[in-house]
Formats: sequence, C-alpha cells, structure tokens
Amino acid sequence: MNSLLSGDFPRSRLLAAILLAILFGLAFAPFLFPGAQPLNVAAKICVFVVLVASYDLLLGYTGIVSFAHTMFYGIGGYGVSIALYSFGPEWGPMALGIIAALAVSVVLALMIGLLSLRVRAIFFAMITLAVASAFAVLASQLSWLTGGEDGRSYRVPEVLRPGFRLLEEPLFGVAITGKILSYYLVFSVALVLFLLALRIVNSPFGRVLQAIRENDFRAEALGYRVVVYRSIATCLSAGMATLAGVLMALWLRYTGPDTTLSFAIMIDILLMVVIGGMGTLYGAVIGAALFTLAQNYLQVLMAQVSEATAGIPLLPQLFHPDRWLLWLGVLFVLSVYFFPTGIVGRLRR
Amino acid sequence: MSEVLLRLEGVHTHIGRYHILHGVDLLVPRGELTMLLGRNGAGKSTTLRTIMGLWKASEGRISFGGQDITAAATPDIAQAGIAYVPENMGIFADLTVRENLILAARRGEIDPARLRWVFGLFPALETFWSLAAGVLSGGQKQMLAIARAIIEPRELLLVDEPTKGLAPAIIMNMISAFRELKAAGETILLVEQNFTAAKMLGDGVAIMDDGRIVHAGTMAELAEDAGLQQRLLGPSMDTHQ
Repeated sequence: MNSLLSGDFPRSRLLAAILLAILFGLAFAPFLFPGAQPLNVAAKICVFVVLVASYDLLLGYTGIVSFAHTMFYGIGGYGVSIALYSFGPEWGPMALGIIAALAVSVVLALMIGLLSLRVRAIFFAMITLAVASAFAVLASQLSWLTGGEDGRSYRVPEVLRPGFRLLEEPLFGVAITGKILSYYLVFSVALVLFLLALRIVNSPFGRVLQAIRENDFRAEALGYRVVVYRSIATCLSAGMATLAGVLMALWLRYTGPDTTLSFAIMIDILLMVVIGGMGTLYGAVIGAALFTLAQNYLQVLMAQVSEATAGIPLLPQLFHPDRWLLWLGVLFVLSVYFFPTGIVGRLRR
Repeated sequence: MSEVLLRLEGVHTHIGRYHILHGVDLLVPRGELTMLLGRNGAGKSTTLRTIMGLWKASEGRISFGGQDITAAATPDIAQAGIAYVPENMGIFADLTVRENLILAARRGEIDPARLRWVFGLFPALETFWSLAAGVLSGGQKQMLAIARAIIEPRELLLVDEPTKGLAPAIIMNMISAFRELKAAGETILLVEQNFTAAKMLGDGVAIMDDGRIVHAGTMAELAEDAGLQQRLLGPSMDTHQ
C-alpha cells in the first residue's frame, strides 16, 4: 500500500473513509447504481479526477496559474474523435489518435512553457487564456476536420459499444455490455493515472516543484533550473489532461466544443481544485466527486425540497430547481469560508 | 593571506532604476570566515545576491576559484559550489526538515556521516526530522537553512544575517556552529549586524557603505579600534548582545 500510494497516505481517518467510500462507489458503480445517468455521473467523476489532479499538479504543486487546461483536454478529445471518424472504429486508429494528441499537447505545452514561464504569473495566465481562446476558435472554424460548433459523433471499437455483450447472462442483475466495459476502461485508466500523479508529486521531482512553488529564487540558489522544471510540469500536466480528454471522448462517443473546450469546464476545474484543496491530489478526488454530484443531483434534491415545503410561503420558490446554480454558488462560498485550505486541507489538520 | 577563492572587482548592480552597488571590490580567502558588515541599506545583501546571480552585475567582474561567474546563471553558480543562506530563514515551509535537506543534496541522497555531523551541530533538526519546516521556531528554521547549505561539502558559504531576530541563547548556538564550520575548513562570507557575533567569528572583515567597500582588513584590528568601529559602523551595529 505504501508503494501504491507513494507513501502519501490520507493522514486523517475521516478523509481515508471518504476516499474509500468514493473508490468503492466508483469501482462498483454499475452494480450499486444501475441506470444510464448514475453510470454517466460515475464516469464523469473518474474523468474529472484525472483532469483536476493534472491541474493541481500545475496550480497546487508548482504554483502556475493556467487557463489553457481545457485546451489540452480538448486536444485529447479531438485526437480520438478525428482518428476514429476518419479511419474507422478500430483500436489502431484510436491509439494513433491518442499518440498524436499527446504529441500535439506536449509540443504546445512546451512552447507555452518556454515562451511564457519566464514572465510573471499574471502574464502567464493571460497568455494561456489567449492561446486557449485561439484554439477554441480554431476548432470551431476547422469544421471539415472537427465538426465545427456541432462537434462530431463517431463509433468506438466494437467491445466498447453498448450493443456488445460480454456475457450471455447478467452478472448480479446487470448485463455486461460494451458500455460497462467502457466504464471500467475509464475507471481503470483514471485510477492508474491518479496513482501515477501521486508518484510524481511524491518523487524528488515533485519536491523540487513544491520548492519552486514556495520560492523560485531559493530553488534556483540550490541549483535547480526553474524554467526547466516548470516546463516539464506543464508538459506532464498537459499530457494527463489530454488523456482525460481521451477518456471522455471514448465515454461520450462525441466530441464538440461544449464538452471539451468550453471555458465553463475551466471554471468547474478551478472550483473542484479549490473545494477539494490545492496541493493535495486527494483534493482532486473529493472536489471532483462532490462537485459532479452537486451538478447532477442538486436540482433533483431541490425539487424534492420544493415539493416538501409546498405549503410554506417563499420556501418553494427559494428551492425551485431552476435556482440550483444559486445554491451551488452558496455552497461554494460556504465551503471556501469554512474550509479555506479545501476539504482535504481541513481534514488533514 | 591564503589563496583567494572569491574575488569581486568593481561590481555595480542596478535593481530596476536604482543603482545599488557602486563598484564593490572584495576578496574572500579560502578557508577563512570573512565578515561583511555595514549599516542597513549599505548593499550587503545585494552583494550576496549579485554573487549568486540573483541580481545581475551591470559592470565589473566576479570570479570564483579563478573562473568568471559574472554572467553565469544562478543554478550554474550553485552547481559550481557556492551555497547561499538568504536572510529571513530561507527554508521551504511546506516541506519537512528531511525534504528540505534532501533538496540540497545534489545526488538526491544525504551522506549518513555528513548528516550525523550536521545533527551534531544542530540537534533540534534530528528531533523534528519529519515535521513540516513551517512549524519550527525561528532559531530552528535558521539552523535548517544553514544545515541545508552544508549538507554537502561546498567550496563557499554565503550567509545573510543568520542571527537576525534570534534569542541570545540561540545566537550562542549559532556562533558555536559557525566556529565548528571554521574549524572544519569551510570558507564563509557572512553578513552580520550583530557586532559581538562578528568579533567572535571573523578572520577578515569588509565594511560597506553606500554600495562600496569602505574598509577591508582583519577582524582583530577592527575589534581593537573603537574609534574605527564608531566611524565606519556608527550606532546602527548591535554591540549589546
């Protein structure tokens, strides 16, 4: 276990219990919560754990504020989309799409890193915002390649299609279809990537990143080339975000600007990092799980509260499902107020 | 005088539009502890930062072990064998004591014999080995910052005001540690405001005023000449501790 978690234990019983509950819930989601929507929510949590962890590698561990993260996420999605759409639903084209997407992401990350990491943090953030916006416009304009604003649906390899049946008989009452296999592909890759990220931040390289985050001059005075380390961190983070995009593309079998490049996704990532706790990868798990559940079930919960309080003045209107974003905002403000270091930071104290 | 390890010749440094160093000439002999004294704002810390390449010298020459390092990048200067302890306890607060020390070990692992020697100098570090450095007391943080600089043998230590803000008992510990480092043959350039500590430690001394070296000689000469002290250092140096 020590080796698996790279010696980075949750260091709080409550946190360990919550993490185990999330792991258990995600590992057995198809059997515990049957149905299309719960499985979709579980898959989205898996993908966002990777995406948020990769962003935390930048923001929480290296102190780099970037708004280009959805661009790398989008490159992963479009890489798979273009490859599968153009060359057919086989594993070979898919692998090609993933490799091409990773290459494009790493080259772009390196270019942004080398060009911008020498400037002050706020300018770097602005440059990443500009590059991400330019990429979103490009993806929209190159409609012959990307499907433009409508995006593109495509077929995935046969074993990942909903029509595929692995077993003739249901297992624990659940038919083992390509959709379930697809979910377990997303879950296992997300788990491996998360453990890999844990390994990175707890390695000597990760320690240097944390030192740079605290004081880059001191790190330089110890002999570390800050630009090189920051560039490597940017590339690693971009690579992970790209793979998260690949997972989402395989799960949705659709890639479009709204599901990959939207600035709203960037805001969601930021909120998840802050809610979970910056500089703790376990924060990515808590933040992604909590935020995705709230996004998907807060409306349902509010509809029930609204119905239950039908006779009381004002309350039904206050808890009307249409006001779910207002309550999500209130929950965010409360979580930042009570857990300024994030939920994981608070639980670890 | 022993062989000169570090030599500054006519070094000027600008920070933005401010001209801070106005032609600093300084010699640091190998195996000696050279004190760099002066009033607040005289340019002592800027001199150390310029040597480390954290501020670039706009004019003049800095040579270390015979090699010109004036335009070298900070990591290259560190790799060449200069360790720097910044003022205000320059540690990494989020990392543990162990991680702080490992960061300074260029091969990623600490020599056990060297670590025992460091623990002998600063026993508190062994006690708080696995704690985050941010929770240490001021004196312990300063010990950690110095330990980080000496965890591997270096050619030269640049130390900026190690006793600043510390309690007298901790200052005495620090003085003992520097005496041991001297006895081990380390070459040290030490910026200090505490003249009592400076007298106890320094072999040579250079005094700065307004971005220039205005006096260079032995510490023994300066310690014996109260008039010279008053003229060069004024009342700003702390002589009461």
